[in-house]
Amino acid sequence: MSSVEGDIIIPVSKPSPGSAGDTGLWRVFKPVVHEDRCIKCWLCWLYCPEEVISEGENGFPEINYSYCKGCGVCADVCPKDAIEMVPD
Amino acid sequence: MPLTIYDLMKEKGSYLPGSAACPGCGATLAFRIASRVLGPNTVYVVPASCFSVIQSPFPKSAVGAPLYNIAFPAAAATASGVWRAFKTLNKEVNVVVWAGDGGTVDIGLQALSGAAERGENIIYVCYDNEAYMNTGIQRSGATPPYALTKTTPTGKREPSKDMPLIVAAHRVPYVATASVGYPFDLAKKFEKAKRIKGFKYIHIFSPCPPGWDYPVEKTAEIGKLAVDTYFWPLYEIENGKLKITLKPRRKPLKEFIRLQGRFRKMSDEEIAELEKMVVERWKFLEHLEKSERIF
Repeated sequence: MSSVEGDIIIPVSKPSPGSAGDTGLWRVFKPVVHEDRCIKCWLCWLYCPEEVISEGENGFPEINYSYCKGCGVCADVCPKDAIEMVPD
Repeated sequence: MPLTIYDLMKEKGSYLPGSAACPGCGATLAFRIASRVLGPNTVYVVPASCFSVIQSPFPKSAVGAPLYNIAFPAAAATASGVWRAFKTLNKEVNVVVWAGDGGTVDIGLQALSGAAERGENIIYVCYDNEAYMNTGIQRSGATPPYALTKTTPTGKREPSKDMPLIVAAHRVPYVATASVGYPFDLAKKFEKAKRIKGFKYIHIFSPCPPGWDYPVEKTAEIGKLAVDTYFWPLYEIENGKLKITLKPRRKPLKEFIRLQGRFRKMSDEEIAELEKMVVERWKFLEHLEKSERIF
């Protein structure tokens, strides 16, 4: 009986990044930050639907490419066109 | 508290990247901002909706907070029970329903109405993508007129339900509309809702790239244009007093309509007709703003 008890699956999902796998594989275009044009307004961070933009070590936006789905909202809202979408 | 982008960046949100959401999803954008304001001391209740798919592909979850997945009509009733259980334990916890428009304006309406009438201390959030997107774009009570869905292939003919005013008619302490195009306005409304005791309702305009058939990168722009063309007025009703929180200079509705494939069958006359409805509604809201108490 104990083995049966051990097989019981409790239907609770544990919080974890990448719940749908490496969603970066969905990407067709990849956002690239041009740091010379960036004014650090962080609008890309604010509007990113996927929470993949963070402050990098050099103080500029850093994109987590393993989960970025390449939607391009960051490039669209950037007031200085500092984010370019390039084919991945 | 003055709310800036740095304040939001300092907070730890509950959304974890790599979820099952479509690229450019308005619902996850709204959740990212809202969960930062609500903080870690929050329990979410999610009825069947896109968001229940986004956050829970077993065995991993994309929300770093306690969350109940519940049947379509039961969200507000479950949240009432959760809040009462915490009250019995003398714990102060934000109980938040995060429902889609189908789970709010159509199927979840009776439980929502009951919870509002009983004055349960919960925040009910409707992220409104204006159709049943999760099941494949069927029309809902929130779908705007002339929009194409799979069940209205020639365009919807009826106007949508005015859900925020329906909830406000329950005389609840706080009702607000928000848009993902204006995240600070959204954050301020959550900040306010968090502090108020009683039933709070926030209706978020949340663009959906596959359902509305527009280029994925335009999510934020469409969220802004909806407000700027008066299609989605931003207002709040606090203790019965209505206040329009953003009064932009009006842009022609055509700019908003022509970006989206769901309105592709609209003629110029139909756009003019819809524009007339939208402007009339704005004037109606301005009229309500002048009165001391609307409910």
